[in-house]
Amino acid sequence: MIEGISIYEILTLSSILFFIGVYGFFTRENLITVLMSVELILNASAVNFVVINTYLYPDFLQGAVFSIFIIAMAAAETALAIAIIINLYKLVASIEVKDTQELKY
Amino acid sequence: METILFYILAVLIVIFAIATVSSRKILRAVIYLLFVLIAISGIYFLVDYSFLGAIQLTVYGGGVIVLIIFSVLLVHHVELELEVTPLKKKIIAGLISAAGLGITLWAIFTFPFENASNYSSIEVADIGRKLLSYGEGGYILPFEVISALLLAVMIGAIVIAKGKKLNQ
Repeated sequence: MIEGISIYEILTLSSILFFIGVYGFFTRENLITVLMSVELILNASAVNFVVINTYLYPDFLQGAVFSIFIIAMAAAETALAIAIIINLYKLVASIEVKDTQELKY
Repeated sequence: METILFYILAVLIVIFAIATVSSRKILRAVIYLLFVLIAISGIYFLVDYSFLGAIQLTVYGGGVIVLIIFSVLLVHHVELELEVTPLKKKIIAGLISAAGLGITLWAIFTFPFENASNYSSIEVADIGRKLLSYGEGGYILPFEVISALLLAVMIGAIVIAKGKKLNQ
């Protein structure tokens, strides 16, 4: 718990962060920058988990544990997405969203 | 003191997050993202959850950002600027995000949160016991699932990144 800061302020901050990520997800046209917007969204949700745990239910550890899981999932997702992006660049020599319309089959 | 620190961190987070999604130089956008992640770890330290703050610094600041920078350097010319998004698309996305933010803030500010009176910081030892306990409310199953997932991702990333060229 932060002295003098209520839960509303932190939840406001994390919602602003979340919707900045959503905005980036909609407007960006490059796969790596889309991935960075997803990172912003995941971080906002992790902040929410931690804050709700510490402010409302300090006796339980659910939020703390699940934020660790979120970070593990985000790291795994980033590694896999980067592998796919590099492979895609080898195939079509571009990582723009509009150039990646064809599937294999 | 902590209040001032929180507001400084909040302003930093919002400014650099906007810079992340609007900068036209991709490498700069990555560095702005790094600043956002470091400021978020500062918030974890402020709510006395220093374990997650340290994890955030090492995994994001040390791992994910380096990975993204590597991939940027592999697939991009550093000097190249990103394409400008059409203004219509920007306006539509901005309206959707603003509407979503409004609904979320309305839901947050009309919900009566009951703050807990007793307050204790989160200890690393408690998290370790919780993660490895198989009794009531233990997290041994998700823990094992995450470890299997990380192994699968490691193998999958190696196999996918090796890839074959289209003409082979």
